Amino acid sequence: MRSDRSASAPLPLKIAAIGGLAFLHIPILLIFLYAFTTEEKSYQFPPPGLTLQWFAVTWNRPDVWAALALSVKVATIATAIALVLGTLCAAAVSQTRFFGRETISLLVILPIALPGIITGIALRSAFSMADIPFSFWTIVLGHATFCIVVVYNNAVARFRRVSGSLIEASMDLGADGFQTFRHIILPNIGTALLAGGMLAFALSFDEVIVTTFTGGQQSTLPIWMLEELIRPRQRPVTNVVAMVVVLVTALPILAAYYLTRDGDQIAGGGK
Amino acid sequence: MTAAVLFQNVSRHFGAVKAVDAVDLEIAAGEFFAMLGPSGSGKTTCLRLMAGFEQPTHGHIEIFGETAEGVPPYRRSVNTVFQDYALFPHLSILDNVAYGLMVKGAGKEERRRAAEDALAMVKLPGYGQRRPGQLSGGQRQRVALARALVNKPKVLLLDEPLGALDLKLREQMQEELKSLQKSLGITFVFVTHDQGEALSMADRIAVFNEGRIQQLGTPEDIYKRPQTRFVADFVGSSNVLSSAICAKLGVPAKAASLRPEAIAIGTSWAEQLTLPGKVISRSFLGAVNRITVDCDGEKIIVASPASMPVPEIGADVELAFSRNDLHLMEDA
Repeated sequence: MRSDRSASAPLPLKIAAIGGLAFLHIPILLIFLYAFTTEEKSYQFPPPGLTLQWFAVTWNRPDVWAALALSVKVATIATAIALVLGTLCAAAVSQTRFFGRETISLLVILPIALPGIITGIALRSAFSMADIPFSFWTIVLGHATFCIVVVYNNAVARFRRVSGSLIEASMDLGADGFQTFRHIILPNIGTALLAGGMLAFALSFDEVIVTTFTGGQQSTLPIWMLEELIRPRQRPVTNVVAMVVVLVTALPILAAYYLTRDGDQIAGGGK
Repeated sequence: MTAAVLFQNVSRHFGAVKAVDAVDLEIAAGEFFAMLGPSGSGKTTCLRLMAGFEQPTHGHIEIFGETAEGVPPYRRSVNTVFQDYALFPHLSILDNVAYGLMVKGAGKEERRRAAEDALAMVKLPGYGQRRPGQLSGGQRQRVALARALVNKPKVLLLDEPLGALDLKLREQMQEELKSLQKSLGITFVFVTHDQGEALSMADRIAVFNEGRIQQLGTPEDIYKRPQTRFVADFVGSSNVLSSAICAKLGVPAKAASLRPEAIAIGTSWAEQLTLPGKVISRSFLGAVNRITVDCDGEKIIVASPASMPVPEIGADVELAFSRNDLHLMEDA
């Protein structure tokens, strides 16, 4: 902590800040707490007793494993697609000048600005019109639309910092386009891609709305949880899964944050 | 002998902007050649045409007898020292210098030895393990030089190589670049807006303005015998005498240039031309006094040695100079 700037903040401000943070995070702690409760039908406070049995129950439920596997697969493939397309798009927009460059930049970012429900409906009607059956792949495509944005945004910011003369210098020294990409561009944008990829993975992993509209019978993990909440049987199983989801998504986002922050020193120009 | 670089009627237009306009140029092998001009004069575009980053709109370029247009930068035996040095920030100094050999597939040991030799040549031995961020501006410039020279280019291009350095370092690097060029025998082509740099380093200079070459010649030619008003102004601020003054001196010409240091005040002897005038201002510059004299409404600058007496402001004086120092110019 670097608080050498000034004296500490006034007390009311401190209380307000702590209150705000508590409001944000206490509900998440409650979710964690109910993963250990002995009462399976309703969430009463305080929990009548604490137990670890739900971890074992969850472990033995095949529907949890199916949903988790589907979510991981969808997120992995959507992220992979986003990494390739987002990087190419960022390279085009930041390294060259062409007619409609700003428009393309805006169009790429638009899906994340649109409400998920619009993206979902649009994709659903597009898929039905094109007679594409709803399947695993339609979910992947739906997720890729917003994953591309995250990768693109990260990559484009980094591309801007890689001075254009680095690429010219590489070509000048005898490297062709591919060698320049491999030896100069990739090392300089690598951490940005990793960060963008992790964010994209996390976004895809807990996405509900677009999945509902583009999926068929499959349920990804968040959708499975939604269905589970309606049923009053073995409720703490949902909490156990929720805990896992929080960890699976929060850790990559934290890692992405640290990676992009360190990246500041990597891609400076020659001066 | 084939020219190192040959431009035949080369133009590079960006839309309506004629960055380079119908330039003819022949640079001899082993020459230290300067392209001098203000920013936007087309000198850097000419350099980029040689490097292959730009392609000519019209005209023909040859590098050692081989057609250059359409050949990408990575297939030209030409290397560039960039203005901002463009060192790769994620690689060590050694890997930076060895980059050209690495992409050509040279072995690890060969690369290391060649890169270390190149670093020793630019007086940075033992700096291989550092990163570009840990070096000073002058050191980075030497690394950029080593990185280009390690590939043994036929032509080395330098884009404002000394622009970012302070005065002392710049003078030292001028000497070093010149002796390096002599010992390697490689053709050096460098771009600069600093006339002092061009005059002191180059074998020949091309003075650029508005996409065209105004004058091409040895430093002495350019300095003493400017052919156009632009060259006279840009290279060391010659006086340009109008046709009216030329007529008064009995020299029929549209215009003539006269260097400030070729003029004496008050001391005239036979066979000299003289002009009466009034002193407007004077300033002490160390070795010389810079005196501005008004002759019939035209300002003439005189660089008078500090040992000579300095006339008062407002004094009527007589300017004297030899007919040989007056150079007739083509345009006014």
